[in-house]
Amino acid sequence: MRNQATVPALRPEFVRDTLDASNIGEIVRPLSTWERISNITAVRRVFILVVLAAAWQAYSVPLDNPLIFPTFTETLRSLWHETVNGELPARVAASLKVLVMGYAAGVALAAILTTFAVSTRIGTDFLSTLTAMFNPLPAIALLPLALLWFGLGNPSLIFVLIHSVLWAVSLNTHSGFLGVSDTMRMAGNNYGLTGIRFVMRILIPAAFPSILTGLKIGWAFAWRTLIAAELVFGVSSGSGGLGWFIFENRNQLEVANVFAGLTTVIIIGLLVESVIFRTIEIHTVRKWGMQR
Amino acid sequence: MAVAGTSRTDGLLLEVDDVTLQYKTPQHLVTATYRVGFTVHRGDRFIVLGPSGCGKSTLLKGVAGFLKPVEGAIRLNGKTITQPGPDRMMVFQEFDQLLPWKTVSQNVMFPMVTSGKFPAREAGARALAAIDKVGLAKFADVYPHMLSGGMKQRVAIARAMAMEPDILLMDEPFAALDALTRRKMQEELLQLWADIGFTMLFVTHSIEEAIIVGNRILVLSPHPGQVKAELNSDSHGIAGGENFVTLQNRIHDMLFAERVEDERVQ
Repeated sequence: MRNQATVPALRPEFVRDTLDASNIGEIVRPLSTWERISNITAVRRVFILVVLAAAWQAYSVPLDNPLIFPTFTETLRSLWHETVNGELPARVAASLKVLVMGYAAGVALAAILTTFAVSTRIGTDFLSTLTAMFNPLPAIALLPLALLWFGLGNPSLIFVLIHSVLWAVSLNTHSGFLGVSDTMRMAGNNYGLTGIRFVMRILIPAAFPSILTGLKIGWAFAWRTLIAAELVFGVSSGSGGLGWFIFENRNQLEVANVFAGLTTVIIIGLLVESVIFRTIEIHTVRKWGMQR
Repeated sequence: MAVAGTSRTDGLLLEVDDVTLQYKTPQHLVTATYRVGFTVHRGDRFIVLGPSGCGKSTLLKGVAGFLKPVEGAIRLNGKTITQPGPDRMMVFQEFDQLLPWKTVSQNVMFPMVTSGKFPAREAGARALAAIDKVGLAKFADVYPHMLSGGMKQRVAIARAMAMEPDILLMDEPFAALDALTRRKMQEELLQLWADIGFTMLFVTHSIEEAIIVGNRILVLSPHPGQVKAELNSDSHGIAGGENFVTLQNRIHDMLFAERVEDERVQ
């Protein structure tokens, strides 16, 4: 016998019609009410918040020391009281006004810097170097210098806010631009798009997931920087912001108010993240299938 | 009397005149094609066929205007090509050529509107007609990420056709599709050509695809790409037929003969 592969036995061929598959039972079944409710992200998140609040209450009631750790209900009470008497809304408005100005200025500067960076090689080097230098530098560390240059008041706050927003947004936008595929760039060029029209119509939407991430990080940096900066001063501008509210109440040992102020900081953070940015996400990157 | 000015009437559309193309990688300067010359006439289904490394995609990028020849010239309608433009619409192999932030109909409208060739209202109607032509009328308002690979390529073809470019440049448009879908797309493309009558320059590395799709085949040899032959492939019957297989073998021998000879010499 020669040493070779054995050929399997020849078997008959057949051709047949497909079977009727309509009686294999349920093909599509609606989920149960419980499954559907637990699929809603907001429901799960609210549940976590409720558990945290309950733990807070359970710890602070036996502790019974409102100077150190007020209960959840006490905090809610002062939150309600300070809101109704108009103190807290005024402080929030003051903080948000400064925040929006600083954030907008930071994003505008980031747009200019990134446009410069994508259009020239020296611009890219400029952006990379500046970002490497300033991104790790905490914005609050620039506050003493800002106070020296601009004095007590909003210009100093806006200066540190710009610093906190600019680098995060530029870095993410630029890396988003670099990630746009050659095919998409060529497609854009093929339609005769060049220069600023190319940036607006191709690069920005294509890099939008990264840009959005940059905007979110920039927002978080800006918000925490603002509150921290307001803790340092705020009295000069008449009515200070939310940070100053916290600081004042600590000095007066109104600890429940301090908690109310901190809660407000958190609530605003959650609202911006889960309402504003989430809405933008749902209507852009999720709809486009660029993010799950 | 053939005078330069009247030569357009003979149907000559694209002249590639002894073109040498080079591109730079971070380490090397690569010569992709060396003195490649051919002409495409109006209504041609002109195939550029060759193994990988023969510079066929680079050649197409040259025609598209993304790359300037270091030698020779590329002329469309007698005018030298210097930059990309919507008179040469390109269909790429990659699926991400569709803009994910636009629906199918917006994608098809986009070049018509941005190039200013058609006013917005007309562009909308033309887009719907083109989408209907490639059989995707039901998906006009869907975003690209919800489409299959074959559907995405159909949209890309519709987008390019709706522009009514002078020439359609296709860079292995079906290479990333599965074999069955590819076969269907080839037939659909031929049907579209029969219905509308456009000119296309089609790059592929598949001998079979070249014979099915093309009426004229430019065979390139690799490293650097040089013209090996230019063959007629129209009326070679259906795939698998006698004429078809003869031509297929002829091209196959052309592309692979060299290697055997090389071995014999050494």
